Parts: sequence; C-alpha cells; structure tokens
Amino acid sequence: MSEDKSITVDVLVIGGGTAGPMAAIKAKQANPQLRVLLLEKAHVKRSGAISMGMDGLNNAVVPGHATPEQYVREITVANDGIVNQHTLMAYARNSYPMIEELDRWGVKFEKDETGDYAVKKVHHVGTYVLPMPEGHDIKKVLYRQLRKHGVEISNRLVATRLFKDKDGRIAGAAAIDSRTAEFHVVRAKSVILCTGAAGRLGLPASGYLFGTYENPTNAGDGYSMAYHAGAELSGIECFQINPLIKDYNGPSCAYVTGPFGGYTANALGQRFIECDYWSGQMMLEFYNELAGGKGPVFLKLDHLADETLTKIEDILHANERPSRGRFHAGRGTDYRAQAVEMHISEIGLCSGHSASGVWVDEHARTTVPGLYAAGDLACVPHNYMLGAFVYGKLAGEDAARYCAEQQPGEIATADIVAERERVLAPLSRTEGLSPNQVEYKLRRMVNDYLQPPKVTKKMELGLARFAEIAADLQRIVARNPHELMRANEVSFILDCAEMAARASLYRTESRWGLYHYRLDHPERNDTDWFVHVQLHKGEDGAMRCFKRAVEPYIIEVGEHERDAYSRLRIHQHEVAA
Amino acid sequence: MSTAWVSGSLPVSVDADKCIADKGCTICVDVCPLDVLEIDATSGKAVMRYDECWYCLPCEQDCPTGAIHVDIPYLLR
Repeated sequence: MSEDKSITVDVLVIGGGTAGPMAAIKAKQANPQLRVLLLEKAHVKRSGAISMGMDGLNNAVVPGHATPEQYVREITVANDGIVNQHTLMAYARNSYPMIEELDRWGVKFEKDETGDYAVKKVHHVGTYVLPMPEGHDIKKVLYRQLRKHGVEISNRLVATRLFKDKDGRIAGAAAIDSRTAEFHVVRAKSVILCTGAAGRLGLPASGYLFGTYENPTNAGDGYSMAYHAGAELSGIECFQINPLIKDYNGPSCAYVTGPFGGYTANALGQRFIECDYWSGQMMLEFYNELAGGKGPVFLKLDHLADETLTKIEDILHANERPSRGRFHAGRGTDYRAQAVEMHISEIGLCSGHSASGVWVDEHARTTVPGLYAAGDLACVPHNYMLGAFVYGKLAGEDAARYCAEQQPGEIATADIVAERERVLAPLSRTEGLSPNQVEYKLRRMVNDYLQPPKVTKKMELGLARFAEIAADLQRIVARNPHELMRANEVSFILDCAEMAARASLYRTESRWGLYHYRLDHPERNDTDWFVHVQLHKGEDGAMRCFKRAVEPYIIEVGEHERDAYSRLRIHQHEVAA
Repeated sequence: MSTAWVSGSLPVSVDADKCIADKGCTICVDVCPLDVLEIDATSGKAVMRYDECWYCLPCEQDCPTGAIHVDIPYLLR
C-alpha cells in the first residue's frame, strides 16, 4: 500500500466558506506562531454558502437600532424558547464589532446619507436587517485576509472522519483528494468544523439532485463527522424548510423586497402573514396557505414603481443567486407584471436558519475536547452569515488558547488503517451501484417519510428504508476520485437522514411550526418537552437521543412576548374591519 | 458495473473558440464548488464532465474570455 500523505499542524479548520476562513484568521491573529491549516473541499475563492456573495445581514445588532438583550429575546421567542441564551448573547455582543471589522476589511454595507448603517425591519419585533447591495465581493475580501495572515490552504481535500487519541481528545482528521483519491492524515491539536449545512438531505421537487437551496457541496459532512467522533448534536428535529421561488432554489427574498414594499400573498393577492421573517411558525402558515383553497403563494411586487423594481433586480440578480434573473426570463416572468409563484423547499439541517446542529457553548466548544464547531452546522439558532463570522472568530481564538496548553495527541495506527479502507473501498469495486443512484433513492425516501407534517409510522418506515440503503453503501462503485467524493457524501447524507428521523420521533410533541409539526402529537407540550433534544453515538455504537435541560434564561421573556411568533396569521375579517 | 449511454441537456456550455484552456487557463475548473468541469485531454478545452450544477455562475463570471454560458438545468426551467 502506498504511503499516506501526512501533515501536522496546530489548528485544523475544516471548511473554507464563511466561518472557516474567519476561524483560521482569528487563530493566526491570536498566535501567529501557530500552524493553521484550512481544508476546503472545493476552492476557498468560491466555496460555501456565500460563494457568490450575500445581499445582506439578517441579524445585525447595531446600536441605535437594537440591543443585544432585545436580540436574545427575539430569537428566544422565534425558536419557541428552546435556546441556550448564553450562546445567543455571545453572538449578539460580538455582532457589531464584527460588522465594523468586516467594514474595515472592505465589505460594503448599506449606509444612509449621514454614514450610519441603514438597518431595516423584517423580524416580527425588532430591527436587524442590514442590506449589502454590493455584497458580491465578500469571498474576495476573506481571501485577501487569509493570504495576509499566512493561513495555509489545501483545496480539493474532502475530510471524511475525525480522529481522537486514547484519552478522547481530538487528534486530527482523515481526508481524500477529490482529484487524485490520495488518502491524507492531518494531525492537529484542535479541529474546527465549519462544513456548513446538511443541504443535500431532501430532494428538491424538480428531482434535480443539485438544485438544492443550500450549496450542494454541503452534504452534512460535519454533522456526520461530529457524530462519529462522539460529539453531542442538538435540535436535529427542528428542520430547515424555506419559502422559495417555485422550481428555483432562490429565496423568496422578502428580506430584500420587504423594505421596498414587496410581500408574500395568496392567490387572491391578499397578505396572510404579518411578518416575512423565516421561522417555523411562518412556514406553517405558508404551508397552510399553499395547501388551502387560497393557494398557491406568491411574492407580490407588481404594485411597486418601476425604479424600485429596477433597484430590486439590481440587488437580486447580482448577489447570492445571480442566475435568478435567467430563471425568470426563461419563464417570461417580469416583476412589473406578474407575481412570482413560490413553494417550500426540501428539508435540510442548518442552524443558520433554524436550530439543528452540533452542540456548542459560547466559546464554540463542542462536547469533545479540542473539537469546535462554527457556522451553519453549529447549534446557535438563527445564526445566519454574521453568526458564522462571529462563531468562527470565537472558535479560532479559543482554539489558539487551547493549543498553547496541549501536547499533540497520538492517533492509533489501527484507526488510520480502518478509515483508509472504509473510504477507498468504492474504488476497488467493479460491480455494484453508482453513487448518484443511491443518493437519488435515499433523498426521495427522505422526502416521502420525513417531510413535515411528520407522521410516526412514516418515520419508522423511513428508518427501515435507510437501514436497507446503509447495506447498499457496501456496494457503491466509484470509477474515479470524483465519484469517490460523491460516494462518501452519500454516507454523510444517510447519517443525517437517520439523525433527522430519530430526533423527530423522540420529541413527542409539536414545536417550531412546520419544522417539527407532528400530526399524531399536534400540541406543544412544555411540561415534558421544554428541553433540548440531544443526539449522540452511544457506547454501543448505536444512535441515542436524550434530554438536556434549557439553561436558566439571562434575559427575561414576558408571558405575552413568548407567543408573539404564534400570532403571525392575518385573519381576513380583521382586514375588512 | 453496467453502463448505458444517456443523452441530455447540460447546463454549462463552453465556446471552444473563446476558451483558452489549451494555453494553460484553468480558472473555471478551479472556481466550481461542485468540481464538475475539467479540461478535455483531447481538445484541450474546458468541458462539463458531471451534470451536477448549482447554476451559481462563478465559472461564467470568472472566465477571462467570456467562453462559458450557464443555463438553468432543463428540469428546473
């Protein structure tokens, strides 16, 4: 057998999208002597959820517009109370300094005529949305900082598993090169997981495997790796489901269009929700309207002035999803004349939008010593892009401190041999199944059995199908390194599917609107379920769920405020009156 | 593994006259987050090797000669 590629560093950051570059830069800033390696599956210049930029901050806590206390209260309510407020507060306090730092680095935020940030109101209660009409350059800005700080970068390396030493501390990771299939072992004192959402979980209604809302490179790699390393995951049953343009994976963009006067309407052109901020409660009303007699649902813009629409098009067709204009042109849709038909997305796991992720504290530490998580895969509810930057910073700085006190851990040779064999097996087979066939079937089953409204018997059947597909993994054939990468991603997706089913079955109530709406347990039950649902790999190697108490709040939430997000529906008799 | 020849409409098309991959350019291949493009060994030009497109457009926007066009995949149009 050929020699493995091997490298030893202090801090290994896995994922070069949003949180990852920030974590690497901050670890280097904290201690320039450290060797910091940023591992990226694609290319750092254009990777992750913001490969084409971003059109705004969804959760900016800017003095004069919002306070950290207000923000913590808003997200506590938006996430039906199931939050660790310490993690929300760590984000909220670091939000404004991070905006200022990004501004100094050259990221452009919208400002008013006096030079103040032009924050807009989209959330139900507070004001937190800061547009970035020229946000297409953000990856370039990050790349310049990576270079400036001397962060080592390895592109086209796909991390497959984490390694621990005999004491259970993190000791490194295994990876394969997606161009050559070479097997790499990276030894590190600490590892920061920044691999993004599990975005390739459900199958888009179009049937196109890669037409997902999230960047499909984000297959749930980090959720799976953290799970196999024994870390706790949390809120997996709180799925990500988004309101999107039908057939196109772009968001409806009420965040962008709302401040200009656009809104979500039913087929009669009526508003049916008070607030377009994405929450499970909003998605349930969206779902009810879609499935009801007044559906489908539309983004209504045709009442706006021509110059306003041109401005909206300039933002929407140049940032985040620039092919949007091309999609509309193909269908003959013009915002001036037609409302845009909308639909709901496939399911995913993403704490950036909802709450499912690897459990972290306010320093981005997971429950495994030396292992950190930041960004969409770390459980800090509704964290979005700015949360990824803030938690990347917290993780990088804490990992740098941690490294100073640690000796490198030893990785057992047997662990390396076993992982090399597992990961490369599809290359040695000549007869069997192709990765994309197995993936298609798996993700269709995810839709059939896990898409809310959730039904107990269906989720149990889903688990039976997933077990059969687990056996199919042993028959996948990869004809080249690219297919080997896809074959490994199928195993990540399968782990996420099983986690999604088991966590959903465990929480026998409904919560978070559509995200966890169980037809056979339709009511919220705070007596038994005002807790986090945690999931981990038990001593016997089987997946296990358990309850974790919600930490006492540091910010009080009043009785009336608590249900604010449950009162989103506009009743037509109120409009008439 | 048994194989079949399947024809289909692909989202990424490359204008071979404009493409300068034969002069050493690999920008489109480098920036694709899904790694679906490659330089064809015979023609020396960029081609779409895997129909796994997110129609995110870095390949088209970063191409120095404007050789690439990305269509919305047929299933979504």
